[in-house]
Amino acid sequence: MTGVRGRLAPYLMILPSGLWLAAFFLVPMVLMVSLSLQTGNLIDGFRQTLHWQNYTDGLSTYGDKFVRSLWYGLVATVACIVIAYPAAYWIAFRGGRSKSTYLFLLLLPYFVSFILRTVSWKLVLTDNGPILGPLRDHGILPDGFHVLDTGVAVVSGLTYNFLPFMVLPIYVALERIDPRVVEAAYDLYASRLQAFLRVILPLSLPGVFAGVIMTFVPVSSDYVNAEVLGGPQNTMIGNIIQTEYFNNSAYPTASALSFALMAILLVGIFAYARTLGTQDVLEAARR
Amino acid sequence: MSRIDPAFLRGLTQPRSALARRDALRLMGAAGAGLALSACGVKGQGGKEKVSRDDVRKYWSGKVKNNRLSWANWPGYMQDDRETVKAFEKETGIKVTYKEVIQEMGPWFGKIQAPLAAGQSIGFDLMIMTNGIQLEQCRQLGYLAPLDLSRLKNFQANAGQPFKNPSYDPGNAFTIPYESGVTGIAYNTKYVKEEITSIAQLFDAKYKGKVGMMGDSQELGNFGMFLLGIDPEKSTPADWEKAAAKLREQRDKGIVRKYYTQDYVDAVSKGDVWMTMAWSGDVYSLTSPDVKFVVPKEGGTIWTDNMCIPKTAENPVDALTLMDWLYVPQNNAPLTEFINYMPPIPSTQQIIAGEAAKATGGDKKDLERLSTSPLIFPSESDLARLKHYRRLTQAEEAEYQKIFEPISKGS
Repeated sequence: MTGVRGRLAPYLMILPSGLWLAAFFLVPMVLMVSLSLQTGNLIDGFRQTLHWQNYTDGLSTYGDKFVRSLWYGLVATVACIVIAYPAAYWIAFRGGRSKSTYLFLLLLPYFVSFILRTVSWKLVLTDNGPILGPLRDHGILPDGFHVLDTGVAVVSGLTYNFLPFMVLPIYVALERIDPRVVEAAYDLYASRLQAFLRVILPLSLPGVFAGVIMTFVPVSSDYVNAEVLGGPQNTMIGNIIQTEYFNNSAYPTASALSFALMAILLVGIFAYARTLGTQDVLEAARR
Repeated sequence: MSRIDPAFLRGLTQPRSALARRDALRLMGAAGAGLALSACGVKGQGGKEKVSRDDVRKYWSGKVKNNRLSWANWPGYMQDDRETVKAFEKETGIKVTYKEVIQEMGPWFGKIQAPLAAGQSIGFDLMIMTNGIQLEQCRQLGYLAPLDLSRLKNFQANAGQPFKNPSYDPGNAFTIPYESGVTGIAYNTKYVKEEITSIAQLFDAKYKGKVGMMGDSQELGNFGMFLLGIDPEKSTPADWEKAAAKLREQRDKGIVRKYYTQDYVDAVSKGDVWMTMAWSGDVYSLTSPDVKFVVPKEGGTIWTDNMCIPKTAENPVDALTLMDWLYVPQNNAPLTEFINYMPPIPSTQQIIAGEAAKATGGDKKDLERLSTSPLIFPSESDLARLKHYRRLTQAEEAEYQKIFEPISKGS
């Protein structure tokens, strides 16, 4: 009796999440693959072709948008690391008893809706707004200079909006480091820099790894920032998918683009995990 | 506590690549089955734009007044204090939920399409749709309730001739107009130091990075065609290509700062763009006195925003009541005074002129300006000068979108 239950237990435990994933992830995915191979429009209906036409068309028409999305994703992710690491480090090692307060303060802006935060950036960055207006009036900036509706604005918005997804995993990794390990490094005459580079940094890399995945994927497929803060030269692939799906009801094209994006991101993440995977990082730390 | 099976623990903690791979294969099998199931495609839903008397009777039979209704409209299309809605509520006892949820036709259609196709309520009983691609699709797909014109007595009696039986909805089978307007150019006189009269000025490299265009492909395409002296209503795909090339050149030279939806109003009054494509009433009702609106000499388009009832509406009778109520000139005048678009009821002009005669000071000036404005009460010859949207067939629409849509997306 216990034997049977014991053997069934893992399956029973996975059942709820398994059903959830099957109903809301697997089935829609299958439908989307099917849709991406169809052709037609709302009025005349959609017809299955089993051809890859939508993929080749989509990639040739919007190839530059794919490249731009990945580029913006990369820049924003690197910017996130540069900003998040020192913050997480400071909270983890210097936060003392107020750690949770600092974390709460960090997350506080994110209690406000994503869209609202992005729109408020628009108010800040507007040509005659509180920052650019005075700078131009004092002749520090040239007349035609603007930030809004440029790539800089989009990447800044992306960095800001996804920052916590980088801070939190890095913080967790740093927080878990046994202080005695660091002390041991000092006992062995490591300088502060050496202790950081050879002990703390390798031990925190799994956090950075997790952070990169959690920011790069959503950032590359985001469309809100490009829509609100970008101009015609800053369209990302997310905007194209959104327009094709919601404006043009071009479901096959939108599905094909979504799938292509997913494939590109998966391959990228897989390659990244292979070269800088958690297991290797841990091994490096162990050495 | 029972002992944990070591195999269970191992299963949870160790990678099981062989098994995982087998599972993945099994999942792919399931996916394949699903693919086969959904491989047959989706049948077309078109051809429902013709309605008979029977259809109308069938739709309205058994529908009763529920004393509530919810209304989806564009921003700036109602007084800030919702005066007209309140007057309607007071007079009829119908409680109105008024929401400004429509920014652009494309996204709005995208939002309502899925529930309407599934026969579900979209949460609104009345919506305002511009004549154009999306309204045409709603008609053909049978998403709109056929109107019972016998219950629209005020519309029959008071609507102006140009607003009845429009080409985009023969016999007012599904829609009656809310307001009409003109697409032209708005410019901020604080920054633009010359008079703007022509679409060509939107293409002037002098204004690099300071020009706004509309993202809507019909509006954008029209302006490209006007620049080349082409009448959009009579245009051909070859004309579209030529217009698209001009628009693309304008974009690639960096002249266009952004392709806007409704948010150009904000950008031009703040000075982010100095001039932009604009809708007449939006600029008229702007508080900023620096922004001026002109109908370019090459042409301006007249469009109509229409009231229509989604087929799945929960309170269609109440919606129909509101539609007819707005066709009483006395009810419409305050609305027109605020939103400054063209009312479909010509006699509104006399009411506003009458109010102007009685008013004093600044109010008098505003009301006089309004009652004599050719943008709000155009004469027959004014109307003749304005151009109309082209009614695109399904095949044309796909081609049209393919030509103009990528421009605002940077392709």
